[in-house]
Amino acid sequence: MHAVDPRRTASAKFADAWLGLDVGTDIALANAVAREIIASDLHNKDFIAHSTNGFEDFAAHVDSYTLEKASSITGVPAKAIQALAHDYASASSAQILWTLGITEHHNGVDNVLSLCNLALLTGHVGRWGSGLVPLRGQNNVQGGGDMGALPNKLPGFQDVADDTARQKFSNAYGVPLNPKPGLHLTLMFEAMAKGEIKGLYVIGENPADSEADVSHTRKLLAALDVLVVQDIFLTRTAELADVVLPATVGWAESEGTVTSSERRVQRVRPAVQGPAGTRHDHTIIGDLARRLGAGWSSQTPEALWDELRSLSPMHAGMTYERLDENQGLQWPCPDLEHPGTPFLHGWLWEDDLGGNGRAPFSITDHQGPKEQLTDDFPIRLTTGRALDSYNTGVQSRGYRSPIRTGERLQISQRDATSLGVTQGELVRVSSPRGSVEMEIDIKLDQTAGLAFTTFHFPELIDLNLLTNDEWDPKSGTAEFKAASIRIDKLTTGYRHG
Amino acid sequence: MADLKYNNSAPDFDERNAVDDLVADPPVRQEDQRWVTGGLDRAAAARHLLLPGLHRLQNVKGWISPGGLNYLAESLQVPAAEAYGVASFYDLFQLEAPASQGPLHHVCVDPICATNGSAAYIEELRSKGHKVHESPCLGQCERPPASFVQIRGSEGEDATATTDQSLQFQSTEHNRLLRRFGRQDPTDLEAYKKLGGYKAFQTAIQLGGARVIEMLTESGLTGRGGAAFPTGVKWRSVANHQEGPKYVVANADESEPGTFKDRMILENDPFALIEAMTIAGISAGCRKGWIYIRGEYTTAASRFSLAINHAYEAQLLGTEIAGTPFTFDLEIRQGAGAYICGEETSLFNSIEGFRGEPRSKPPYPTDSGLFGRPTIVNNPETFLNVLEIINHGVDEYRSAGTHESPGTKLFCLSGDISKPGLYEAGFGITLGELITEAGGVRGDLQAILLGGAAGSFVGPDHLDLALSFEDANANNLTLGSGAVMVFSTNADLSAVVRRLAQFFRDESCGQCVPCRIGTVRQHELLLQIGSNKPEDANLGLLDDIATVMTDSSICGLGQTAASAVQSAVKLGLLDKRTS
Repeated sequence: MHAVDPRRTASAKFADAWLGLDVGTDIALANAVAREIIASDLHNKDFIAHSTNGFEDFAAHVDSYTLEKASSITGVPAKAIQALAHDYASASSAQILWTLGITEHHNGVDNVLSLCNLALLTGHVGRWGSGLVPLRGQNNVQGGGDMGALPNKLPGFQDVADDTARQKFSNAYGVPLNPKPGLHLTLMFEAMAKGEIKGLYVIGENPADSEADVSHTRKLLAALDVLVVQDIFLTRTAELADVVLPATVGWAESEGTVTSSERRVQRVRPAVQGPAGTRHDHTIIGDLARRLGAGWSSQTPEALWDELRSLSPMHAGMTYERLDENQGLQWPCPDLEHPGTPFLHGWLWEDDLGGNGRAPFSITDHQGPKEQLTDDFPIRLTTGRALDSYNTGVQSRGYRSPIRTGERLQISQRDATSLGVTQGELVRVSSPRGSVEMEIDIKLDQTAGLAFTTFHFPELIDLNLLTNDEWDPKSGTAEFKAASIRIDKLTTGYRHG
Repeated sequence: MADLKYNNSAPDFDERNAVDDLVADPPVRQEDQRWVTGGLDRAAAARHLLLPGLHRLQNVKGWISPGGLNYLAESLQVPAAEAYGVASFYDLFQLEAPASQGPLHHVCVDPICATNGSAAYIEELRSKGHKVHESPCLGQCERPPASFVQIRGSEGEDATATTDQSLQFQSTEHNRLLRRFGRQDPTDLEAYKKLGGYKAFQTAIQLGGARVIEMLTESGLTGRGGAAFPTGVKWRSVANHQEGPKYVVANADESEPGTFKDRMILENDPFALIEAMTIAGISAGCRKGWIYIRGEYTTAASRFSLAINHAYEAQLLGTEIAGTPFTFDLEIRQGAGAYICGEETSLFNSIEGFRGEPRSKPPYPTDSGLFGRPTIVNNPETFLNVLEIINHGVDEYRSAGTHESPGTKLFCLSGDISKPGLYEAGFGITLGELITEAGGVRGDLQAILLGGAAGSFVGPDHLDLALSFEDANANNLTLGSGAVMVFSTNADLSAVVRRLAQFFRDESCGQCVPCRIGTVRQHELLLQIGSNKPEDANLGLLDDIATVMTDSSICGLGQTAASAVQSAVKLGLLDKRTS
C-alpha cells in the first residue's frame, strides 16, 4: 500500500510507503509512474494491444515526465516514485483508490483520467482484486446518480437528450419531459447570480455551509424568490428557506434501496418511526406533486422501484425478492436470471470486448492549482475531514467526542517558527476572498508551506470564506483542495470585520 | 501512528538511547521529508520488542516516564494507549515517578514467607528508609523471607539465588533430573558435556524426529506445569503442521506460590534446557525457540543468557547446528511481574507485546500459538525429562514412578520442615515419605498446601496419599507444579487463606467477569469472616462464587482461584486457633 497525500494522514501511517506530494501535482506523479512503467518494460503489452487504443500517443506524451521532472514538480524523491511504479506494475493485482483529493480540483476529471491510464497500462482493471475505486463519502452517492439525480441523465444513466429514452419516461410518467439537460450545482449558483434561477428546492444538502466561497453563496440563496428545503435537520440553508419540509432519516426511518460504491443495490428498512411531523422523502415529493395537480397516486417504495425497473434496463432484474435473496445485486442486472455484474469492466478481458469499443488512453498534463501561490498569499491551504466529524457538522456536531478539537489551522513547525506563532495562538487567516480568525495547531510531521483544516464547524469558523470557487468545467466540482492563504499575527485588541 | 496521542512529552537522552539501541530497524523509516516507508506489517513484526523496550525504560530511569513510553510507542508504531495498557499490566513497571531514588525492595508476603518473618523484614527495611513493595511469591520459598531488589541502571537482584554450594536441593546418584545439579559450573559447556551433555542431541539426530516423538509417547511423559498433557501428543501435533514458522517455547514464568523448581533448573542446569529445546525444534520442525523467564528471576535469566551465548559460540545454536542441516535459534523474554503470564496463551500475548491476557481455547497452541503459529510450549521440567528418555530409553524411564504416572517428579518443599528445598522422587511416593525425606515437620503438622495457590489444603490424615496423577485425581486433588507447603500448628491459616484470596484478586487480569469480580468478592468475604467461625450464609456465598469462577472463567487462574479457599473451608482451617 502506497499512500499519496500531501499530508501523512492516519491512513498513510498504515501504508508501506507515504509519498507527500505538493497539492495539485497528481498528474505529474501519475504520468511519471506511467513513463517509468513503460521504460522498465513492465506494461502489459497483450492487454494494451487487445483492449486499449491510443497507447503510442500516450507513451510519447508521458515520455517527457521523467522521474526527475516529476520529483521537482511534486516534491517527492524520484526513488519513491520509481518504487511506486514498480510495486504497482509488478503486483499480481492492484487497485487505485481515491476520494476528494483527486476530484476537488479545477482539473479533477483529468486527475482521474491520469489514474485510469495506469490501470490500462498494467491491466489492473476488470479483474478480481484490481480496479479503480473512487471511495464515496456517503452510503448512497452512487444511488443518487443511478436514480437520475444528475443534470443530464435520466434514471439508469439514460441521456435526457436522447429522444427515445426520454419518450419512454414521458410515456410512463404521463407528462412531456424537458429535452434540455439541466444545470449542475456550480452552474446553478452562477445562474442564480445572473437571475436566471429564482426558485430552488434543496433536498438533503447544506450549500449555505458547504459551498466554496460561502458568503457569496449565502447572498445568492437569500436573494431567491423562493427557497424550499427538505432535510432532517434545520440546517443553515433551511434557516434561509421560505418553506422547510421535515423528512425522515434515510437509513433508519425509511424504506427503499441504496447503492454502494461497488454498484451493489441493497434494501433498507425502517428500524424506528420518525419524529412526529416528519415524512418519508417519497411521500413528501408525491404529496407535492398532487398539490401541484399531477394526480399521482400514493405508491409504496416497492411499487416505485418496480416502475424504475421497467424504465432502467440495468436495474430490470433486481426485484425486492432477489435483492433480499442475494443480499444485494450489482448492476447491470438486466433480467431476472442475471446474477449481477461484479466487475464493471470485465469485458476488457473478453475476446470480443463484449461488443464494446477499446478503452482509450487519455492525454493529460500537469497544470497545478488555479490559484498560484504569491508573495501576498504564500501558503497552500487544503481542506479535509476529521475522523469524528462529518462534512458541515449537521449530522455530527450533536455528538460529543474526546478527540474533537474544533477548527484549527494545522501548519508545520518550520512555518510556525518563521511566522513567530505558537501552538494554540489565534491568528488571522486570509485568502484573496476573505479572512477568518483561527487557532494554530503545529503538526510535527506536516510539510512546510502547507496548511490544513477541516470545515466541520461553520457555526464557529466560516472556513469556506477562504476556499476557492474555481471549478472543473467537466465535473462541476470546485477546487476545495487548493487555495492560497496568508497567516497574520493578531495585534492585541484587533478584531476583524 | 494514528492514535499516538499520549501527550507531547519527549524522552530524555538516556531513554532515547535505550529505545534506539533496541529498535535498530524501526518499522517506520523516514527516507526523505516527503517519503516515509514502513507500515502495518513491519509494525506487527516489531511489536514483540515492546516488552524488552519497557524493561529498558524502567531500568534506565527507575520508572517509565510518559516521554519514554511515548517514544517507545512511536518507534514501534504501537498506539500510545495500547503501549500504556501493556506497561500498566505488569507489577515491575512503575508508571509514576518514584518519590525518591534508590532501590525498590520487593518482599514476598505469600504463605511461606508470611509465616516465616516477612512482616518483620519489611518493617526493618522501612525503618531504614528503604522503599518496599509487598510482593507475591518470588519463587524462593526454600529460604524465607524472600526478596527481590530492583535497582536503577542494573539488573535486579534476587537476593537469595542458589549457588553451587547451596544445599537447597537434593542431588544424589539416583536422581535423574537433578543429576548434574551442584556437580558442574552451570555456565560451563564443557563441564556439561563431561556429565553427558548433548548425547541426547546426537542420539535424537540419529533417531530422527518421528522416532523421538514416538519415544516420548511410549514413555508416558506428561507436562509438568500442572495440566499433565501428554508431551508426545503435543509434539506430534506440531510436527504434523507442514508449514512454518513453528515455535518451541519454554514456559519458565514460574509464579505459582510455593514453586521454585524451574528457577533452580535455569540456575543450575541451563544447558540441559537448551539441549532439550533444540531436540524439540529439530524433531517437530521448529526453527526458533523462545524462553519466557519470570521477571524476578534475574540470576536465572543471566545464567541462561550466558549459556545461550556459549551454545551459539559452540555452534549448538544457530544455523546448521553441530554440522547438521538443522537451524535452531533461541531468544529470551523476561516477564515483568504477572502471575497470569504463566498461563501459556497469556505468555504468548506477553511475548508478542500485548497485555498478558489469556486467549480462548481452542485453538490450542499446537495449532495457533505464538504469533498465531503452531507452537510446542512446555515447562522446563518437562523438557529435562526428554533428555532422560532419549539417553536412557523408555524402559529405564518407566522403571521409576507408577504405571500411569511414569518417571520422576520434582517437588518443592517449603514451610515448617527441617530441610526445605527441591526434591526429586518417583511418582507414587507418599506425602509422608516425602516430608520425612525433607527432615520431617518442624512442630506439629496442621495442614499441607499441595500444588500451590491453585491447589488444595490437605490435613495430616493425607500423609499416606501417594503422589501420582491418578491418586491425586482420585482424591480430587492436584499435584499442580509440585509445590508442597507445610504448615505447623504455629501458622495462622486463616491469614494464609486471606492472603491467597488477595493473591488471586491482585493477579486476576480482569479480562473475564467471573474471575475479575469473583476474586474480589471471595477476598471481601474472607476479610469479613476474619478469624471467626464462618456463618453458613457466607459459606454458601463462597461456594457460589467458587462454582461460577470454576465453571465460567476463561483460563486456569479463575478456574482454580477458589480451590485452596474451598479446601480450607472444608478442613475447618478458617477458625482454627493457633496454639
